[in-house]
Amino acid sequence: MPLLEIRRVTRRFGDFTAVDDVSFAVEPGEFFTLLGPSGCGKTTLLRMIAGFDLPDAGQILLDGRDLADTPAERRPVHTVFQNFALFPHLSVARNVAFPLRMAGLGEGEVKRRTADALDMVHLGELAEHYPHEISGGQKQRVALARGLVNRPRLLLLDEPLGALDLKLREEMQLELIKLQREVGITFVFVTHAQNEALALSHRIAVMNAGRVEQLDEPSRIYGFPVNRFVADFIGNCNLLEAEVRAVEADGLRLSVAGLGEVRAPAAEGCQTGERGLLALRPEQVQVAAEADPAWANRFPGQVRDFLYVGDVTTYQVRLDNGYTLQALLPNAAPGRARFHETGDRVMVGWSAQAGHYVREA
Amino acid sequence: MTKWAVLSPPTLFLLAFFLAPALIMVLASFQYPGEFGGLAPLTDPGDGKEFGLTLENHAFFFSDWLFAEIFARSFAVAAASTLICLLLAYPVAWLIAQSPRRHRDLLVLLVILPFASNFLIRVYAWMILLGPQAALARTLNGVLAALGLEPVSLLFSPCAVLVGMVYVHLPFMILPLYTNLEKHDPVLLDAAQDLGANAWRRFWGVTWPLSLPGVFSGSALVFIPVLGMFAIPDLLGGTRDMLIGNLIKDQFLGVRDWPFGAALSIMLTLAVLSLAGAAAWLSKPKARAA
Ligand SMILES: Nc1ncnc2c1ncn2[C@@H]1O[C@H](COP(=O)(O)OP(=O)(O)OP(=O)(O)O)[C@@H](O)[C@H]1O
Ligand SMILES: [Mg+2]
Repeated sequence: MPLLEIRRVTRRFGDFTAVDDVSFAVEPGEFFTLLGPSGCGKTTLLRMIAGFDLPDAGQILLDGRDLADTPAERRPVHTVFQNFALFPHLSVARNVAFPLRMAGLGEGEVKRRTADALDMVHLGELAEHYPHEISGGQKQRVALARGLVNRPRLLLLDEPLGALDLKLREEMQLELIKLQREVGITFVFVTHAQNEALALSHRIAVMNAGRVEQLDEPSRIYGFPVNRFVADFIGNCNLLEAEVRAVEADGLRLSVAGLGEVRAPAAEGCQTGERGLLALRPEQVQVAAEADPAWANRFPGQVRDFLYVGDVTTYQVRLDNGYTLQALLPNAAPGRARFHETGDRVMVGWSAQAGHYVREA
Repeated sequence: MTKWAVLSPPTLFLLAFFLAPALIMVLASFQYPGEFGGLAPLTDPGDGKEFGLTLENHAFFFSDWLFAEIFARSFAVAAASTLICLLLAYPVAWLIAQSPRRHRDLLVLLVILPFASNFLIRVYAWMILLGPQAALARTLNGVLAALGLEPVSLLFSPCAVLVGMVYVHLPFMILPLYTNLEKHDPVLLDAAQDLGANAWRRFWGVTWPLSLPGVFSGSALVFIPVLGMFAIPDLLGGTRDMLIGNLIKDQFLGVRDWPFGAALSIMLTLAVLSLAGAAAWLSKPKARAA
């Protein structure tokens, strides 16, 4: 039985549908992420799971039991808020002890479990400090300890890393993974940062305009987006309008306007004659002065621009049909910032196994 | 640089308008009364009358239980008024803070609207409302008569004094409480609920402790003026309801014993200061533990 089940949940605000007929199930022990652009309904959904808001239609089940009649304070679900929502009048230790006190545990038990939780996030020394006396990363850890100390069935995290700077974010991502593995509590994590979702999650539900567009493991979301939105939203992607010419055993023959034939890996349910998109990740596209014979697909073009970001350089190459492709080349050799200059005539290409055909409904 | 900072405008202001008058008061409390009010000279005027400094005024205060009694009664009235104000003001302030933002200014305006009319007129209004001919007293005494009990007078009673005190000072409690409550981050209440606190515990665990600064400033703004108030007990109270305010006023305007009036004022100031000190100390458990 799934731990959490969202069954056809809809939430409207006036004429506006913030969450639109969403269904999914979260398994025990899972690190589950809701990913989507701002305003797609992630927080609204999370608030309904936490019990601050009720669905207009549909059900939310925890351990198979409908939560509709359970108020937030009685749901075994805790939330880590974006701005941490630490109680400013309570010390770190008392913040962490809050849910234990509310649960009516004895003083000794409260002390022991608070200390354990603080140790878990390496904050033992700061127990007597107040929230305004500690840093953002430390507040984050207090919020996590407070959310986990009472061992909820489910921990909801609403963009918990949003308020931290980049370096700290990356540190906290690693800690979060470790922590979740250690405590074994199911996490439902909300973010609009796709790299964060890919790095942290067991499974991701990509949301858009109140609906779930795709629900899958990170590598499948990245490698096999089901539609234009997902392909575009997750990472960078070259999207080429294509028509299926032939479905063969070893792959597809696509026709891309102005380019001619392009070979792509087979896609499920694909029919000859239908129109769709070829999603090609920049790191799958090669750029060189001369075409490599291993490239099944190769086209001439001209370098329009490039962006050097240290570890890699992204080239914008304009193909002769007018398409601009992005290609990502690693800068493995030191001191070698770029292989091509703006204006260079080059060949771009990719193998028949690269890319992913996306059916357009 | 820092040495001269003591002469900054706020310091000068305090010196001129607070410390200097207070010191004059202290000095006056050690002087003899002048013949027709005022103070006797400090140096020998050569007419055989009293002059210089004396401890008599302070000694007189401690010579009679009556004064201690008036002090105690005044503090009790002030404490009761403060408590009643707090109980009435808290829900009002909370409701204003919860109301939609566009209504709040209007509601605050309504709270301070009574100040638009004269204080004495408002107290006189209460004399009519509580008077024996008013509907309130007539109804109450009608019920009492039906039960075979003696009629009571609402006016000229400690009760009337309390009503007046609370009525006049209520806005001074509502405003600081509202200013405080309005700043509370609602997400803290969500967090508390999320972590298992029901409405009752959300209030006592989050809202109340966070509102304590407002509670303290509101209480000070009610307690201290009530202590010094003489008009309300004069108008609404009976002869046995004299408070320190009346006593001090009488020394200056009635019996014309300025030094004793000054001594009483100093005692009152000291009492209030020690109370405020105790409150400040109690309200900072963190600093105390450190
Ligand atoms: N109480 C409300 N009343 C009216 N509209 C609301 C309410 N709460 C949310 N919305 C709307 O619902 C939509 C979804 O909001 P939600 O907060 O769930 O987005 P989100 O995915 O969490 O976005 P973000 O990444 O910016 O936090 C938004 O367009 C928002 O304006
Ligand atoms: Mg949100």
